[in-house]
Amino acid sequence: MTVNDPSSTSLQLTADGQLRHFLTLDGLDRTLLTEILDTADSFIEVGERSIKKVPLLRGRTVVNLFFESSTRTRSTFELAAKRLSADVLNLDISTSATSKGESLSDTLLNLEAMASDMFVVRHSQSGAPHFIAESVTPGVAIINAGDGRHAHPTQAMLDMLTIRQHKGRFEGLKVAIVGDVLHSRVARSQIRALNELGAAEVRVIAPATLLPRDVESLGCRVEYDMARGMKDLDVVIMLRLQKERMEGALLPSEREFYRLYGLNQEKLALADPGCIVMHPGPINRGVEIESAVADGPQSVILNQVTNGIAIRMAVMSMAMGGQVADRNRKLAEGAHG
Amino acid sequence: MTALLDMDQLLDDLEAGLRKVLEDRGVVDPALIGIRTGGVWLADVMSKRLGLQEPWGELDISFYRDDFSRIGLNPKVKPSSLPFSTEDRDIILIDDVIMSGRTIRAAMNEIFDYGRPASIILATLVDLGARELPIQPDVTGKLLSLQSHQRVKLRGPDPLHIELQETGK
Repeated sequence: MTVNDPSSTSLQLTADGQLRHFLTLDGLDRTLLTEILDTADSFIEVGERSIKKVPLLRGRTVVNLFFESSTRTRSTFELAAKRLSADVLNLDISTSATSKGESLSDTLLNLEAMASDMFVVRHSQSGAPHFIAESVTPGVAIINAGDGRHAHPTQAMLDMLTIRQHKGRFEGLKVAIVGDVLHSRVARSQIRALNELGAAEVRVIAPATLLPRDVESLGCRVEYDMARGMKDLDVVIMLRLQKERMEGALLPSEREFYRLYGLNQEKLALADPGCIVMHPGPINRGVEIESAVADGPQSVILNQVTNGIAIRMAVMSMAMGGQVADRNRKLAEGAHG
Repeated sequence: MTALLDMDQLLDDLEAGLRKVLEDRGVVDPALIGIRTGGVWLADVMSKRLGLQEPWGELDISFYRDDFSRIGLNPKVKPSSLPFSTEDRDIILIDDVIMSGRTIRAAMNEIFDYGRPASIILATLVDLGARELPIQPDVTGKLLSLQSHQRVKLRGPDPLHIELQETGK
């Protein structure tokens, strides 16, 4: 399912085109995506200092609202908020109030009453962050930390940052996304970002059962044969096989999947010699990827984690900045009108 | 008015002032830091004039500005780069123009996040007065007083020159 709602553009951008929520990459142009990457570059430098903290969000409260658990995403958002000097509240909703029967709207009202400035939302339902952004008080920024099969925009942007770091550009690049595209929220965001940033070619390599219908309409070429798909690649992005989301017999067996679509040294040798290997984690070693590749010289998997903190710092500070600029503009209009 | 500002003379005065402060304070091995953008050009010039061997550092103070809650984040932020540790170093902090003092406050906060310097000497090419914070440069090329609608900006890097801007208010 693809949510491509034109209203998300006006929802997540201010009248001046600044970010005020970060819900989806849909509707964000190359200039804004590049601004996010450039800002994140500056935050990478902050992460190398003896004091890895800047005062941008001092005195502001960020609530990590995870309706679905995710250790890595939540902890990098938490670290990002803390490095921006925000106060952070982690709420694992799946084990809290909603299980006592409180509605989502009531939970949100309570959190707003605690004077929260930003919600980082992870939800199993596509569109949940969008819904929350439409219903919260003005001034509260919403960051999508992954919703259903729809989008995972910070993961896609940290992947773009990693690609730019290693390749220096997007123009002319051949990039493949391999594996469980069907259940992946990040694959959609990645395809969108790669096309907007000017990659020469985006391929998806997967069995037909793990591809969404009309996947080409997202802006990619489908390849069922991995050996053919690996040819001349500059970047290969492996996806995690989402066993917990599988319904019915989409795969003959894990061993069969690994034989056909697992990345090992032999298959990697078919790509360009400078090809980098990426994976959003957590890795299923021996299911999507061989250990020798995951830990090998072409792997940039751990750079992705470091870059994740910088990207999250960038979108959090940009969205908060957009919210304050928005509020001040409205105050000024009110004073004149 | 800018015709009155001879750049070579300003740079000579800044260099002479810096040499005197360094001597008075007994500083023999200063580390030079310029504030982006104009201060970085000046750091390059002064580093050569003072014969410093070590590369100078550059600061982008966007993450430390005190007006985030008014205008948000500067979309053109670039990474700061200090190719040395500030811990226990005598620092020369250099910028083109000082007015309110807020930029310098932000820059000093940022420097301290890299380590605790032994001292900071502040040098500015032009001092416009109109201070809002208790921060004064140790060395200034020239003190100027402008009309409220006027601003000055250093243009460069080659050649460096000072531009007078009318804000139209």
